[in-house]
Formats: sequence, structure tokens, C-alpha cells
Amino acid sequence: MLKVKNLHASVEGKEILRGINFEVKPGEVHAIMGPNGSGKSTLASVLAGNEKFTVTEGEVEFEGKNLLDLSIEDRARMGLFLGFQYPVEIPGVTMANFMKIAVNEQRKFRGEEPLTAAEYLKMMREKAQIVELDTKLTSRAVNEGFSGGEKKKNEIFQMAMLDPKLAILDETDSGLDIDALRIVATGVTKLHTAENATVVITHYQRLLDYIVPDYVHVLYKGRIIYTGDRTLALKLEKEGYDWLINDSNE
Amino acid sequence: MADKNEKEILHDLTGEEYKYGFTTDIETDLIEKGLSEAVVRLISEKKGEPEWMTEKRLEAYRYWLTLEHPTWAHLEIPEIDFQDVIYYAAPKPKKQLGSMDEVDPELKRTFDKLGIPLEEQMALAGVAVDAVMDSVSVKTTFRETLKEKGIIFCSISEAIKEHPELIKKYLGSVVPYKDNFYAALNAAVFSDGSFCYIPKGVRCPMELSTYFRINAAGTGQFERTLIVADEGSYVSYLEGCTAPQRDENQLHAAVVEIVVEKDAEVKYSTVQNWYPGDKEGKGGVYNFVTKRGLCRENGRLSWTQVETGSAITWKYPSCVLLGDNAVGEFYSVAMTNNFQQADTGTKMIHIGKNTRSRIVSKGISAGQSQNAYRGLVRVNPGADNARNYSQCDSLLIGDRCGAHTFPVVDCRNRTAILEHEATTSKISDDQLFYCNQRGLTTEDAVGLIVNGYAREVLAKLPMEFAVEAQKLLALQLEGSVG
Repeated sequence: MLKVKNLHASVEGKEILRGINFEVKPGEVHAIMGPNGSGKSTLASVLAGNEKFTVTEGEVEFEGKNLLDLSIEDRARMGLFLGFQYPVEIPGVTMANFMKIAVNEQRKFRGEEPLTAAEYLKMMREKAQIVELDTKLTSRAVNEGFSGGEKKKNEIFQMAMLDPKLAILDETDSGLDIDALRIVATGVTKLHTAENATVVITHYQRLLDYIVPDYVHVLYKGRIIYTGDRTLALKLEKEGYDWLINDSNE
Repeated sequence: MADKNEKEILHDLTGEEYKYGFTTDIETDLIEKGLSEAVVRLISEKKGEPEWMTEKRLEAYRYWLTLEHPTWAHLEIPEIDFQDVIYYAAPKPKKQLGSMDEVDPELKRTFDKLGIPLEEQMALAGVAVDAVMDSVSVKTTFRETLKEKGIIFCSISEAIKEHPELIKKYLGSVVPYKDNFYAALNAAVFSDGSFCYIPKGVRCPMELSTYFRINAAGTGQFERTLIVADEGSYVSYLEGCTAPQRDENQLHAAVVEIVVEKDAEVKYSTVQNWYPGDKEGKGGVYNFVTKRGLCRENGRLSWTQVETGSAITWKYPSCVLLGDNAVGEFYSVAMTNNFQQADTGTKMIHIGKNTRSRIVSKGISAGQSQNAYRGLVRVNPGADNARNYSQCDSLLIGDRCGAHTFPVVDCRNRTAILEHEATTSKISDDQLFYCNQRGLTTEDAVGLIVNGYAREVLAKLPMEFAVEAQKLLALQLEGSVG
């Protein structure tokens, strides 16, 4: 589904990603961990196509296509979803309307008819339940005045609406209380199937109690320095990154 | 997004072609260029006006001669040669075939093309229309229906002849000719416009609408609108404007006067889409407008405007809150683009006790345009417990445009409470990335964000106008869902 080969990317001349390699197959869950500033969020942004970053080297293949050639919106329409660490507010635009446009753009891309108002409303109600999102929120402006927890639930709600092939969740667990974490994480798990894949970027192993990863990658200074299974996350929780970093510095 | 940078896209988006730029090929009765007492008399004569009206015009003209062109606005106005303007142009009526066909088919087609059918099917939309082409009112629909309720809705020329007592009482009572340079000019040479009178206690059953169209080349349009809402009545009034695309500038100087008697309510909505000039700033309408309403006790006046057209806009729909408990409102979206200039805002004059006013102004500047909000909130010594809330927001698109605000507060009563909020923002890269990541193109994202920004004002427009306004702003339609 996703093949990342020797990916290098920089911002304002400063190299952040320095040769990333990994592959995601349908049905898999990958966790990306690593100390602050190691390039985790940059990786997510670069895969989604954020133009703040310049790809200087490497290849990315998504669903058989060269991802780096595609516009941001085409990547999205093909089924790449980014759950934002800091969801953006759009005053005056209701969540319901925003998602309606997004869903119908995706349908148009696939050559499908737009949803009728009734179909759309039904879909919205169903999907909101997955993350226990109060449907009243959908008539409010996008992320405006949402609490931290609501913003994150809202990201997963959007993921449910768009039903992506590959979801990259950038620190979806940050700033959540215990209940909200459970709801968000369970939501993600419910959406997981054998056909899609999830990449979660996180600092904490507690998220991985719900979303059980097949692989855990440790990112450090723009490279994946170690890949393990879910027990790696537990070990990192206890011991920190020092033992890996010292290794990699040698 | 991949091969076009954001600036280009914004440029394309904001550089949409003007759709109403066609001209109608119709025989027109034009008078010679230039302005003099003789011209003023000629206009009055052409309109078959009574002597008292001619005198009123001449008085205004003589006063106008003593005035200098105003320079205080934040506008660069090229010198206007008032002798180079044609002050009267009227589509020549073809032979009338019968009452069913009193409107020239060519004219009808023009208004159809503009989406203003003059036919009875407008009943379905519940709108009565007065269509003004160049200097004269072409047709007013639904007069009979309205007449049953005692409502007068006709062109101002007809009103001068048929309702002189009302005209004498109210014309110039809110905007006297001495008010300003363009008010004086308008009072001297106005050629047509709409008149509307709602009798005591009557709620007007449909939206009333005036549609202004400049067609003839080199002509000025000076229309005059007078709305009188008698005690306890209600009316919602819409105004739309377009003009053909021409290289030279066209002068438009209108006056709108509204009288809101005790317990009455008037809503006045404008979608102004005069030709804005081309992308290099050539041509376009100079729009110098005076709009003001007077509210007596418990009267309520609400101005809503969406200003997207004109090369230069100079316009301050205002409320004089004379009676106790009167309420004035001003909701505005002003969008400028390319080389357009706008200096627009409002005046809220609190005279009565417990008067309240609310100002919501949303400026959107793109291209190399300049967009200014100018407002005055004045509280007179006798206006105990007056309340004002003002909000002035500016949205900048691109980095070559300007947004300016000139809010003036003049408060002479200690019990008054005045609030003012202002913001300046631009569409952030983060917002665009977020929208793109959900599958929206940058064009759609910008449209959506602008629409969201202006939503509070657009929501005040009557339904069918709101739709037109959203399209005008090149916006993605806010759906009915949610």
C-alpha cells in the first residue's frame, strides 16, 4: 500500500528527514515513536503533501502511484488521511458542510454520484456514534470553540466519514483525558479492517494498549533507527530512548 | 496545487470575468453631454414634472455649483469632468402593441439575462420588481396586488406626478441637497428611481426590489429612492445593480432616503455589482452613494449590503435614531479586487433615549485593491442609555492589497455603552492545507473560508439574494445541511 524509500525532506534549507525507509501493507498498524524533534510530524506532513517541506531525495509509492507527484487533494481523495495534531479552525463554516464537500469531492474522484442530503445526514449520524461525538458539534463551525478532546474526536469522526485506505494519526492521543483517549482509540480500532492500514504517531505506549501495532518504529534524527513489535513500546515506556540512541550514535 | 502556486490560484479565483458586461442594443433617447441650468430644466421637462419640482432641482443645482469635490475619503479619485457626462438617457419605447406587451422585448431580454424576469412568475419568488435602465424606470411589477393593501410602489417620476403630497413631504427630508457634493448633484439631475410607501399598520406581503442597470455609454446614472414606512408598518427592500463592461468610467451617484415612522421596520438589502473595471484597473463604475434612514420612536432600520462591484465605492448607509428606543443595524461585506477601491461604512446617530445600534462590517481585499471601513457612532447629549456594538473585520488575500479602518466615536452622554471590536486576518496556509488534506481544491477552500468569514452578514440577506451574493463572492455554496 505504502512504500517509503530513502525519503529526505527539509524545511528552509534544514534537513529534517534523512533517509526514511518503511513499508505498510493492508491490514497493518504501524506505530512511530521517538523523542521530540526526531521528525515524526514532519514525516506525516510530507506524506500528506504539505508544501512547507521540500522533498530532496527518495521515493514514495502509494497504491501503485508515485505519491510525490500528486497534489495534496488528490492524495486525500485516493484515501490518504492525516489526523492533525493541531486541527485548524475555519470560522463560519459548519462541520457538516465541510465534511459534505469533502465526502462528495472524494465520490466525484471515484466517479460516484454525490450523496443526497438524506443519505449524508444518515451517514453523519452513524459515523458520529463511532467516536461518541455529539451531533450538535457538526452544526458548529469547524473546530471553532471545540475543546481539546472534541477536536481529536472530530478528527477521527472525519476519518470515519472519509473511510481512508491509509490513516496517519499525528499524536491523536496528546491532550486527551483517560476517557477521551479510550473513546478515540476505540474509534480508530473500530475503523480498522483487513483492507486499510493505520500509522499512529505517539509518545505514549498507553494508546497502543487499544490500538495494537504490528510494528513499532523508532525515529531519531530523521531516520528509523529501530523497528520492533509491540513489546518495544513497553520497553521504551520503561527505559526511554537512551539505550537506542547510544546504540545509533556509535 | 502541485503546479500552481497559491498566489496564482488566488489570482485566478479572484480574477473571474464579469458576467454582466454585455450591452443591450436598443434605441436610446440621449441628451447632449454637459450640465447647466438648461440641462436641469430639460431633464425636468422630459419627465413632465410640475414647476415646483423643477425649482427644487434648480435650487440644488445652484448649491452644487458652490461645492468642491470632497477629498476626505481614502480613495484616489481621478478628476471627474462633470461636463463630459450625459445626464439623461432613456430607452426609446417601441410602438406599444397592447397592455400585455408594454415592455420592449429587447429590454425584457436584458432583464431576463440578468436573471430578473419581469413576468408574473416572479409571484412564485414573492418579489415585486422595479427595473430601472439608464435614466428611467422600465417596469414595475405587481402594482395592482400591492395597491389592494394601500402600498404604493412605483417609479419616483410617477410618484412626483401622482403623489405630490407625499413627495413634497418626504423627498429630501432625510438627505437634504445640502448634505454633500453628490447629494446636491443627485437632487439636481436625478432621473428616476423607486418610490415606496407602506401605509400605517401594513406588513408588505412581498419583498420589494429595484434593479438598476446602466446601459448607454458615457452616461451617468443618478437614481433616487424614497421609502416611507408609516407607523407600525414593515417592508423588506432589495436593490441590485449591474452595468456593461466599458473602457471609460461611468458615474453613478444615487441617493436613498428611508423614513421609518413610529413602530415601523424597514430592511434594506443591496447586492452591488456594478462593473468593477478590468484587471488592469481600466474602466468601471464610480459609485458615490448617499444612503440614510431616519427612525422615529421604536422604529427599526436594518441595512445589509454586499459590495463586490464598482471601481470606486463611496458609500455609508446610515441611521439617524431620532425617536426613543429606535434601532439601527448595518451589516456589510465589501470585497475589492484588482485595482478596486472602496471606502464604505456607516453612521449611527443616537438622538433618542435607549436607542441601539449594531455594526458588523466584513472587508475582503484581494489583488491590489484598497478597502476601507469608515464609521461614525455619535451619541447626542439626550441619548440616555444608548448602546452600540461595532465589529470591523478585515480579511486580506495575497500581499499586495490594503485594508484600513477609520472608526470614529463621538459620545456625549455618560450613560451610553459603546463597544468596538476589530480584527485583521489572512487565509492561513494551515487552513488551506487542512482543507486540501480533506480533498478540497485550493479554489474551493478559499471560497469556503471567505464564505464562512462573511456568513454572519450573508445570513441577513433574503434567501434568493443570499444565493446571488454567495455566487458573486465566487464561493462554494454553504449547503442546506447542518
